[in-house]
Amino acid sequence: MHILICGGTGCRASKSELIQTNLEDALKAKGLEDEVQVVTTGCFGFCEKGPIVKILPDNTFYIEVKPEDATEIVEEHIVKGRQVMRLLYTDPDKKETVSDAKNMGFYKKQIRIALRNCGFINPENIEEYISRDGYGALGKCFEMTPQDVIDIIKKSGLRGRGGGGFPTGLKWEFASKNEADQKYVVCNADEGDPGAFMDRSILEGDPHSVLEAMAICGYTMGADKGVIYIRAEYPLAIERLKVAIGQAREYGLLGKDILGSGFNFDVEMRYGAGAFVCGEETALIHSMEGLRGEPTVKPPFPAESGYNGKPTNVNNVETFANVPVIINKGADWFSAIGTDKSKGTKVFALAGKINNVGLIEVPMGTTLREVIYEIGGGIKDGKKFKAVQTGGPSGGCLTERHLDTPIDFDNLLAVGSMMGSGGMIVMDEDDCMVSMAKFYLDFTVEESCGKCTPCRVGNKRLYELLDKITEGKGTREDIDLLRNLSAVIKDTSLCGLGQTSPNPVLSTIENFYDEYMAHVDDHKCVAGQCKALMQYVVDPELCVGCTLCARNCPVDCITGERKEAHVIDVEKCIKCGACMDKCKFNAISIQ
Amino acid sequence: MAKIKLAKDKVEKLIEICKSFNNEGSELINVLHKAQGTFGYLPAEVQEVIARELGVSVAHVYGVVTFYSFFTMVPKGEFPISICMGTACYVRGAEKVLEEFKKQLKVPIGETTEDGKFSISCLRCVGACGLAPVVTIGERTYGRVSAGDVADILKEYRN
Ligand SMILES: Cc1cc2nc3c(=O)[nH]c(=O)nc-3n(C[C@H](O)[C@H](O)[C@H](O)COP(=O)(O)O)c2cc1C
Ligand code: SF4
Ligand code: SF4
Ligand code: SF4
Ligand code: FES
Ligand code: FES
Repeated sequence: MHILICGGTGCRASKSELIQTNLEDALKAKGLEDEVQVVTTGCFGFCEKGPIVKILPDNTFYIEVKPEDATEIVEEHIVKGRQVMRLLYTDPDKKETVSDAKNMGFYKKQIRIALRNCGFINPENIEEYISRDGYGALGKCFEMTPQDVIDIIKKSGLRGRGGGGFPTGLKWEFASKNEADQKYVVCNADEGDPGAFMDRSILEGDPHSVLEAMAICGYTMGADKGVIYIRAEYPLAIERLKVAIGQAREYGLLGKDILGSGFNFDVEMRYGAGAFVCGEETALIHSMEGLRGEPTVKPPFPAESGYNGKPTNVNNVETFANVPVIINKGADWFSAIGTDKSKGTKVFALAGKINNVGLIEVPMGTTLREVIYEIGGGIKDGKKFKAVQTGGPSGGCLTERHLDTPIDFDNLLAVGSMMGSGGMIVMDEDDCMVSMAKFYLDFTVEESCGKCTPCRVGNKRLYELLDKITEGKGTREDIDLLRNLSAVIKDTSLCGLGQTSPNPVLSTIENFYDEYMAHVDDHKCVAGQCKALMQYVVDPELCVGCTLCARNCPVDCITGERKEAHVIDVEKCIKCGACMDKCKFNAISIQ
Repeated sequence: MAKIKLAKDKVEKLIEICKSFNNEGSELINVLHKAQGTFGYLPAEVQEVIARELGVSVAHVYGVVTFYSFFTMVPKGEFPISICMGTACYVRGAEKVLEEFKKQLKVPIGETTEDGKFSISCLRCVGACGLAPVVTIGERTYGRVSAGDVADILKEYRN
């Protein structure tokens, strides 16, 4: 028997380490420590209901486990073979408990390729990776010529998962054709999209899959050095990578003459330091060289002149994680999954106002509706769906009418968003779209490297215009100005950051024009989020005169006699919301 | 060059860190990470020693330190509070949580309370979006934080 415990960042924050200790103690108390193995894995994906504990071989999936539940799990489930019912997931529609994850709505539509091992193996034990075909693909590659391997990747149709969607095989081919005394394989683990944690989860849950793929890439292009550029904000992923690199060296899977092939390859790590633009590959390379992470003009592409001026192939974590499986199962197997021009699956970090926040992997071509309603379990607290944002700060906000769009690189671009690296944020009726655009612009302004004027100054102006609108001081002309300025920034910025930064503005204007108009014409924020446009009012019909609100108002602007309807002085009100939170009769609302 | 006012043992520690990276200028970011890990922040004097040891200009070191938001030139509080302002946390109300921290501690973002106990900063996604809104204090992570929880959280660290 095995007990698997999620050791992902989300579950760790909810004390999953203590659950492990308690389980081990409880097993010891029963003298079962040799029969039952307790294994810490990477993220299971269902972070919303974490911490997750799974029992094998019967696949029982326990959710929201607390450290104090450990004894009961051991005494009931392990010793007596009875499931602990209260820790099982309850299907919200059928109101039945589900014990096997396979039958949960959250997992049913998922196909796990990049995440194949996350939540199944102990990432700190190379043996577990090897027992699931790990490093088999590398061995297989040594029996082929580098060009054969490149051809498999080309034929599979794999496209870069870092955002751009460039065909991976083609990129490898370019790098392999450039002759040089030294070449490099770089793994981009900078994952800058705020609210996305795909790459992090792969590195935490299955670091060897990335190391193996980097070695395969090195073999195809003739590089003997790999570098992983990872955010310093990801301490657990860094730790697990270090362990994995150490073990791979020990097993002769990294280092000199790997598996007797005569091929040498080793991997080292470089740390980012909190600059989103360093995810852009030229900036990333400068950062690796110890410089400020400012992008430079392409060409030259990294494949010609990258790290230390040598041919360099940069791929994203998730792109790499797909590679070993493609080698093992074949190009045809992979290209049978997905849509015409986007093959395989995509991992998304599903977050926001959705019931099942978590990490999911779906075949390309799955619709947004399926993701949000079937996998995501719909909108939180029974609210109304309003928008879904993909592509992070470079992407756009899509609406109800896009829900049946099959997700792939080209479809998302066509509707004014983009695939991006995999952030997917769901918003409901309480989210103001102008504020959302402002939120992203605030991010861009902070993260622009400042090298070119349209991005450095233009985005600031965009932010100011949006701020003016949310303050209720905007005009119709400002909306036109936003559009024109956006077009200029897109056309004249040097790197991808500036070229895409107006997307959140343009897509919200396009899809939520009425909301912009309501802000400028009627000075109203329908979502009730823009403070300057809100007024707190008491409904005299509902107010019973309990005085609670008046006693809690920090500026004493609510008046009224006991048992009589109260009134808010809107001039003095500072819109803190305390009264509305306190009123037990829902008599206070925002208008 | 400006006179270096750092205590001798600290200078030695820095020299040692630089040496562990073979005094290579291209290792600057790694050196800065190590130095900040050791001293908690990177004041001008520390940057001067690093520049000298790696054989690069102080301006270059300063340029790199100020480019990356992870590096700081001011000391953080004993309990550094970071409020996640990633998108997932933002849409689940992180702004209100931030306001509450600012209100209770009476310091703006990026500053430390007078007693040196707390400092407030924002970060973008710690990867625990399932628990949004997320706040970290030192090594600890708090999930599903609401403005109402702030006082209780601070209480844990106050005495
Ligand atoms: C502003 C900006 C930020 C980026 N951030 C990332 C990132 O965090 N992770 C990533 O893999 N790619 C990022 N990219 C894309 C990289 O430049 C590069 O295209 C990618 O790493 C290539 O790998 P792939 O072909 O496997 O996708 C970013 C691009 C831009 C313009
Ligand atoms: S577009 Fe922005 S981030 Fe990119 S190089 Fe120009 S200023 Fe820097
Ligand atoms: S708390 Fe509600 S019911 Fe009581 S006085 Fe205020 S508005 Fe009226
Ligand atoms: S919102 Fe705040 S300031 Fe305004 S009436 Fe209510 S409690 Fe008073
Ligand atoms: S972190 Fe545990 S399920 Fe995602
Ligand atoms: S956005 Fe806050 S943890 Fe991801």
